[in-house]
Amino acid sequence: MAEFRQVPADATTGQKLLNWVDNRFPLTKLWNDQWGKYYAPKNFNIWYIFGSLAMLVLVMQILTGIFLTMHYKPDAALAFASVEYIMRDVPWGWLVRYMHSTGASAFFIVVYLHMFRGLIYGSYRKPRELIWLFGCGIFLCLMAEAFMGYLLPWGQMSYWGAQVIVNLFAAVPFVGPDLALLIRGDYVVGDATLNRFFSFHVIAVPLVLLGLVVAHLIALHEVGSNNPDGIDIKKNLGPDGHPLDGIPSHPYYTTHDMFGACVFLFLFSAVVFFAPEGGGYFLEYNNYIEANPLKTPAHIAPVWYFTPFYSMLRATTDLMVNVLAVILAVAAVLGILRGNLSAAGKIVLAVGAIVAVALLKTFDAKFWGVVVMGGAVIILFFLPWLDRSPVRSIRYRPDWHKVVYGLMVFFFLVLGYLGAQPPSTAGNYVSQIGTLVYFGFFLLMPWWSRIGTFKPVPDRVTFRAH
Amino acid sequence: MKKILLSLLLALGLHGNASASQAGYPWDKFPTEKLTDMAALQSGARLFVNYCLNCHSASYMRYNRLRDIGLTEDQIKKNLLFATEKVGETMKVSLDARQAKDWFGAQPPDLSVIARSRAEIGRGTGPDYLYTYLRTFYRDDSKATGWNNLAFPDVAMPHALWELQGQRRARFEEVKDAHDPSKTQHRFVGFEQVSAGAQSPVEFDESVADLVAFMAWMGEPAQATRIRVGVWVLLFLGVLTVFVWRLNAAYWRSVT
Repeated sequence: MAEFRQVPADATTGQKLLNWVDNRFPLTKLWNDQWGKYYAPKNFNIWYIFGSLAMLVLVMQILTGIFLTMHYKPDAALAFASVEYIMRDVPWGWLVRYMHSTGASAFFIVVYLHMFRGLIYGSYRKPRELIWLFGCGIFLCLMAEAFMGYLLPWGQMSYWGAQVIVNLFAAVPFVGPDLALLIRGDYVVGDATLNRFFSFHVIAVPLVLLGLVVAHLIALHEVGSNNPDGIDIKKNLGPDGHPLDGIPSHPYYTTHDMFGACVFLFLFSAVVFFAPEGGGYFLEYNNYIEANPLKTPAHIAPVWYFTPFYSMLRATTDLMVNVLAVILAVAAVLGILRGNLSAAGKIVLAVGAIVAVALLKTFDAKFWGVVVMGGAVIILFFLPWLDRSPVRSIRYRPDWHKVVYGLMVFFFLVLGYLGAQPPSTAGNYVSQIGTLVYFGFFLLMPWWSRIGTFKPVPDRVTFRAH
Repeated sequence: MKKILLSLLLALGLHGNASASQAGYPWDKFPTEKLTDMAALQSGARLFVNYCLNCHSASYMRYNRLRDIGLTEDQIKKNLLFATEKVGETMKVSLDARQAKDWFGAQPPDLSVIARSRAEIGRGTGPDYLYTYLRTFYRDDSKATGWNNLAFPDVAMPHALWELQGQRRARFEEVKDAHDPSKTQHRFVGFEQVSAGAQSPVEFDESVADLVAFMAWMGEPAQATRIRVGVWVLLFLGVLTVFVWRLNAAYWRSVT
């Protein structure tokens, strides 16, 4: 047990109170470890604002969510009307609701940018693998939150979007139909589904999410933040034992993040107050029609933040499965011929490839679509071990690596665009190429990330005084 | 590289347009200045209560909310309540849903948020649609109600405002498809007035615009408040941002 500290008799009441608490709970220590005396690299650029913004949006979603829950009715007969009740009869209900609905889209914008930052500066590399894994877990939770939350207004898109996604689980071989039944709690999406999604949305998933956020932050503050140069600032310590290139988060990043939060809130408010529907992308127009199980909309599109993954699902046709089978076979042959494998290893690889191709051809393309869509998210978890480049940051990678990153981002955006459009033949070919580019980026990373002339990494961070 | 990206983007854009152009009759632009015109909104409310509220409900809309468009509770009670409704109630109808289905083939939808639901990305706003829809009814004897509509072909609803507009027929011509000569297109050429209505075409357009303005207002009664508050919020955040920006700069000045 820590020593029981005394404060001088003439200390202020505040100091006495803090000392009383500190002797019983590590309040000052927590503050100093997590923020106050947490030394972060001083060369953070604009990309480093999105972590704290994600935190801000999370708090906002929880607070607005609490107030929405007070007035919302999770009942198939009442849900749609209760949302309109919030919009009309609850004082400032429209504001709370728009903040929550815009917040969902803002959350994804901020988180996608946050993830992209991690990607380009190698923030997932050793020793920050766990931070990245927790982050991927947060992203998964966020997707679950968004998906289940979207059912709650009980509009046509809520209903049919949920119907489509839950039906995907029915494509899983053998257990599929039972699995879909278990998720829905009924044979079609209905009141039972609404109730359980409400429960997951307001308590189950947020609990896990908060736990993961705490783990994400603790892990980050344990190993220290990466920076745009990808340099270990702990290698250059000053006489006071703190990194020479580091700076205490408080007050420097406090004011920094406050400034970022102000700019963000300005843009966010512009949407909430002047374009809350986000042009039909944040609040889909069809969702102002109450859910009708007997009337399927002509075109069912998920909300924009899911569309890249939805495109990959739609891209997985029989043709695509054949292409995947060929790619798998070629990869296996290359592995056997070129890889330094023992005879046993070669046999295992050959048998594995044959089994995989056989499975690809056995099950329905729809099932593989689900696998591709899920895999597109799951593959992110493996990033720390896929990247073999000798440097962390994109700044010191060969220039053509930037083209590779750019291509991946470009196709991700194209996939997002196509996922919001009605299916078309040309669009489908483009999304098939996009899907291959996306997976190629990650699965071939162990090879391409090593190739090229890397630039020398400086000892100290690049910092231009303000 | 940039050229390739640009051409890809262009191709995608064209592809998007191509799929949008398959949709039918183009929508007219709703005169949006009506949205803030109290007289127009009040006239729209009167038309709505007289012509729409017999079959359609607006069951999330309370009568006394009409105070927001400048009516007093007395005016609402005197002019807009006909039966036994109370002023704090929502705009319900006594039409039985099942009977309605028998009569029209479809249940008349609730109109509370109709203006919000009918927008289409790339085609127009909900008011654009309603403004077009309510002005493109025409006589069609092949339909059960005797009416058809350009913006909503084979619609189950008869022309509720026909007394105002009068009766019109639509003329169509068969045109060879420019892209595929083996096909012909059934193309709308124009209306011809069969019997005059109580209003001239110009007056009727005004009336419909008033009615649509009211429905757009009803879709989101908080809209005016939202925009008014929004201006102050942005002003406040703008000023705050400047102060926080300078505060941040003051701290970072000493960092070298």
